[in-house]
Amino acid sequence: MAKKKIRIRAKMKGDIAEIKTLMSHPMETGFRKNKKTGKKIPPHFIKEVICEHKGNKVLVASWGVAVSKNPYLSFKFKGAAKGDTITISWNDNKGESATADAKIS
Amino acid sequence: MKRRTFLKGTVTSGMLGVAASAGLLTPRMVLAAWPETAFAAKNIDDAVDALLGSTALSASGDIKIKAPEIAENGAVVPITISTGMAAESISVLIAKNPSPLACSFALGGSTLGFVSTRVKMGETSDLVAVVKSGGKLYSAKKTVKVTIGGCGG
Repeated sequence: MAKKKIRIRAKMKGDIAEIKTLMSHPMETGFRKNKKTGKKIPPHFIKEVICEHKGNKVLVASWGVAVSKNPYLSFKFKGAAKGDTITISWNDNKGESATADAKIS
Repeated sequence: MKRRTFLKGTVTSGMLGVAASAGLLTPRMVLAAWPETAFAAKNIDDAVDALLGSTALSASGDIKIKAPEIAENGAVVPITISTGMAAESISVLIAKNPSPLACSFALGGSTLGFVSTRVKMGETSDLVAVVKSGGKLYSAKKTVKVTIGGCGG
């Protein structure tokens, strides 16, 4: 089983915080077949990603199976300052979840 | 070899235990918030209706879709949606995918109309971005050619 990791890069550009994040997740669609057994691989994908800054949800993403494996997500928001913490968490269709935080530089 | 299998087994069951308890602890609200019917919809209209409660889309020149003209690998198509409008949400739909709704982003008040991610595309298709702003829906389209599909095995 892959390690549950979230990598975050958060940078201030002027008064805008730019967040880039990479999550490790198989994002299995449920359409693919195991070539050896011919059985369908069950879907396994991130359903929701929540990005928080000082307790405010700056972005809530709802995802389907069409988001690529090891998802990349980038967004921008105002009202942050250097040194602020940004928290990103996800949960998937199997009830697994992960959380990570990073300081904005 | 046997020892290795045994170790793998224990690790997996341990992980499953954690997953199960996490599942129990996850509040129902979070699960309900995920728009299941919208993701299950088989065409764009149904998906947009289920997700945003309306299909009245007006085309807007203020939505920019940055995506490759030709995607060599449909499994990873980088897309960036940006708009100058005060967007409440940005949704991405892919017309010819088995379920068109790929992802939807609810934006906070201080979040700019900008998201960038990577999606899978089964075949050459229109990419539709829907932006909700001031209670109205705006959309923009872009065709992406796919040479290798992202949904096959």
